[in-house]
Formats: sequence, structure tokens, C-alpha cells
Amino acid sequence: MTTAWELLVSALLLLGGAFCFLGALGLAKLPDVFMRLHGPSKASTLGIGCLAIGSMVYFTVREGAPSVHELLIIAFIAMTTPVSAHLVARAALHRRLPRWKRRDDTP
Amino acid sequence: MIGIAANATLVLIALAMALSLWRLLRGPDVLDRVIAIDTLYVNACAMLLAYGIRGETALHFEAALVIAMLGFLTTTAFAKFLLRGDIIE
Repeated sequence: MTTAWELLVSALLLLGGAFCFLGALGLAKLPDVFMRLHGPSKASTLGIGCLAIGSMVYFTVREGAPSVHELLIIAFIAMTTPVSAHLVARAALHRRLPRWKRRDDTP
Repeated sequence: MIGIAANATLVLIALAMALSLWRLLRGPDVLDRVIAIDTLYVNACAMLLAYGIRGETALHFEAALVIAMLGFLTTTAFAKFLLRGDIIE
């Protein structure tokens, strides 16, 4: 009963959710601000892209007409996330936040 | 099939929001909190998309779009304020 497009939508949904979770995990676990920026600004962008493509496929098949307005979300997130990450990184440099240093005894 | 995947995705995104909320409450510096709020916005947008697929309705799409736009404005305004001490010079 399971068709190919259902498998595709489910895989895209799970992939998107996993990437969003990995981004937030990086935000919670990494040691300094400059590292913590990486998780949300890369992994979460990819995750929301996967989710939007999954939603696009789902509504296209279900309505029988092409549904492309999810591309707006992808375009907007992909355009704005690097800008905000750049501004936050510059503010962190300006505030001279402490950076993580590797100790010699760590592997 | 899609319902199960959408439920699992909602659980993953809820965990992600919990992690960013932890960082928002704990974060040693203001900028950590700004990044955590940005992540919360992105995750809320993703959660609305997954919720729309789960409920088989395109009703939540505009809300997700508005959240994506406002999140960028918030983060930019915070970062600009912390960088220059003013938002519009």
C-alpha cells in the first residue's frame, strides 16, 4: 500500500527533523560561541530545506497541482541565515568573548 | 506511513527546541541567548511545516513564512545592537 512518494516524503521529513535536532545539539554541547554558531546556521538550514521539499512533494501529489510556495521559505532561510550568523560572529569578536583552547592532555 | 514519520519528526523538533531552550536559559553570554532564540525561530518554522503535513492542511504555511521572516529581523536587530550600541544609526 505504501507508494514511492510516501516513502520519499517520510524520508525527507525524518531527515529534516534529524538535521534540526543535530543543529540544536551542536548549539547545546559545543564549548564556545563561535562553535555554537555552526550548528544552527548550517544544520538547521539543511533541516528546514529538507522539510520544505518534503512538504512541497506532499502537497503537489495530494492536491494534484504543483505547490511551489514552500520555495519561498527555503529561499528566505537560505538568504538570511548567513547574514545573521555573520552579524552575530562579528558582535562576538567585538565583545572579545573567550575562545575554547585545546589543552595538551586532551586527545 | 507519513503520519508516523511526521510524529517522529515532531518529537525530534521538540527535543531540538528543548535543547535550545536549555541554552537560552543557561547561556553564559548574551550572544548565546541570541543564537538560541534564532534556533528556536527556525525550529518553530520547521515544526509548523511538519504539523501541516501531519494534519494534511496547508493552513499553517503562512505562519511558518512569517516566523521565518521575523526571526531574521530579531536576530539582526539584537546583533546590531550588541555590535554598535544602536540599531538604526
